[in-house]
Amino acid sequence: MTRSSLLAAAALVALLAACDNNDNPSPPVYGANPPLPEQQRGLLPSMKIAKPANWGDRKPTVPEGFTVTAIATDLGIPRQTLVLPNGDILVAEGRGGSAPALRPKDVIAGVIKARGTTSVPSGNRITLLRDADGDGKYEERTVFADHLNAPYGLAFANGQIYVANQDALVRFPYREGQTRAEGPPEKVTDLPSYINHHWTKSLAASPDGQFLYVGIGSNSNITERGMPAEADRAMVWEIDARTGAHRPYATGLRNPTALAIQPGTGTLWAVVNERDELGPNLVPDYLTSVREGAFYGWPYSYWGQNVDPRAQPQKPEMVAAAIKPDYALGSHVAALGVAFSSPVMGERFADGVFVGEHGSWNRSVPSGYKVIFVPFRDGAPAGDPVEVVTGFMGEDGHTYGRPVGVTVDPKGALIVADDLSNTVWRVAVSERSPTAQAPAEAPADMGSATTDGNGSSN
Amino acid sequence: MVAIVDHGRPARAIHPLHAVLLAASLPLFLGGLLCDIAYSRSFEIQWSNFAAWLIAGGMVFAGFSLLWAFIDLFRAGRRRGHGLAYFVLLVITVALGLVNAFVHARDAWGTMPEGLILSAVVTLTTALAIWFGFSSFRMGNHTGHRMDRMGGTR
Repeated sequence: MTRSSLLAAAALVALLAACDNNDNPSPPVYGANPPLPEQQRGLLPSMKIAKPANWGDRKPTVPEGFTVTAIATDLGIPRQTLVLPNGDILVAEGRGGSAPALRPKDVIAGVIKARGTTSVPSGNRITLLRDADGDGKYEERTVFADHLNAPYGLAFANGQIYVANQDALVRFPYREGQTRAEGPPEKVTDLPSYINHHWTKSLAASPDGQFLYVGIGSNSNITERGMPAEADRAMVWEIDARTGAHRPYATGLRNPTALAIQPGTGTLWAVVNERDELGPNLVPDYLTSVREGAFYGWPYSYWGQNVDPRAQPQKPEMVAAAIKPDYALGSHVAALGVAFSSPVMGERFADGVFVGEHGSWNRSVPSGYKVIFVPFRDGAPAGDPVEVVTGFMGEDGHTYGRPVGVTVDPKGALIVADDLSNTVWRVAVSERSPTAQAPAEAPADMGSATTDGNGSSN
Repeated sequence: MVAIVDHGRPARAIHPLHAVLLAASLPLFLGGLLCDIAYSRSFEIQWSNFAAWLIAGGMVFAGFSLLWAFIDLFRAGRRRGHGLAYFVLLVITVALGLVNAFVHARDAWGTMPEGLILSAVVTLTTALAIWFGFSSFRMGNHTGHRMDRMGGTR
């Protein structure tokens, strides 16, 4: 009797040990041709939840020649930022999504994942930050607009501030120097919001202001809410700014969480979060130029023709049509921000993009939790990324912040939204290297500022 | 007769609550299997959601049955034969059922084909556990019947 119960106990222990994933994470792999290991489907998905902790006296770590300051704290979950022509910064704050738990797994995972995020209520507003005297301290803070529905993407074009709520693209008329919207926004068009598993709607405006691009994430990890739920999902819409009419610009992009227009070429770029539960080293999130009419694989395949058997029924003709993205950022880094740099950021960061990596939750060795810089040459990514802002996760596993949106301020600073500590960080160039001649200090009135490039991204 | 009385309490029929716990897992695991079959033939994701919940429900009942059977192992030495087989089958059912629940936590077609195979095996082991479970109690009844005949009290 005792022996049989011992046997039973031993069997249970062995079973639980067998549940432990064969997890062998490699460091994130970058570039155009990342190694793609075999798909792994462990019994228990690895989850390593960030233990949130207060920054206290700590700050993020920035490279030599830069200083970092918190320019706004106690926000209502800041996600993306936008620098207006006069230097004012808009911050979109909120939490969206109302996807119901469909399976026992959703209930359990929801509880676990909530431990790694902020618990403050969704701001559902746009906050304006102003540094009137140009000393890098943003002493004025007003609510530009509130009662929005999980605003995320921001863009400025045509004298309008465009805001991508989780269910609609709206616009506010904007006069220079305004600190508050004159009234409720005008709707440009509805955006797909059924279920809204990936609720964030990223936004960028074409350089001429004629079109707005909205990134719409998939309604599932890998079609587990059914294919009908994926209508109008996992794609970038091109929306006519005047009529609100839309068409799919590119498809098969699982979760295009941030968009940016490349200065000079006017090409649309995106960072995209790829699928989970194929192992710690699959599938790389990526940075890519978005080719009009292209299909990027989701859900049928990834990184070109690597078939994902979980999407059924399979579509070999779609797999064959899938194109490879430009540049892998590493698996599960959760890239949520992208911004093109400019020479104001110093010689080292003059040509390339900054990418905000929110950080993994389903990997035994965390990845992401930093802002990186991907250097460009001749308009395309060239070489390994450089860490720019780090220290969001301490070596003891405590997590102080999680970067989301990044924006380059023409005054020579990188604006980073942190949705765990509800802070906006400003990483400013403190010493200019002599070779990096900034194209002049931003004038106080900013009357000549243009709307393309950095400002309109995100 | 005296020896029987000295062995402790007289054997009884299966406790009604234990019977309910034991029997209730079968339709749930069977339902999970049928839903898995429906999903594997239709790719209609809702069947897979149903299967996940039915398996979770089956696990609740199977888990409590196992707990009860485990306690009974210590309480009732007389059920060594079928009683042990019942207990071992329940252990296998709960162990494989747990694996199956984790497999059903995978997304979309990721549950296949392991989920379907495990659902079939778990349904089978549940049926066998019920068979042996009720058989062993029937043996207990037999003893009890003899005791009744011999004037023992229940």
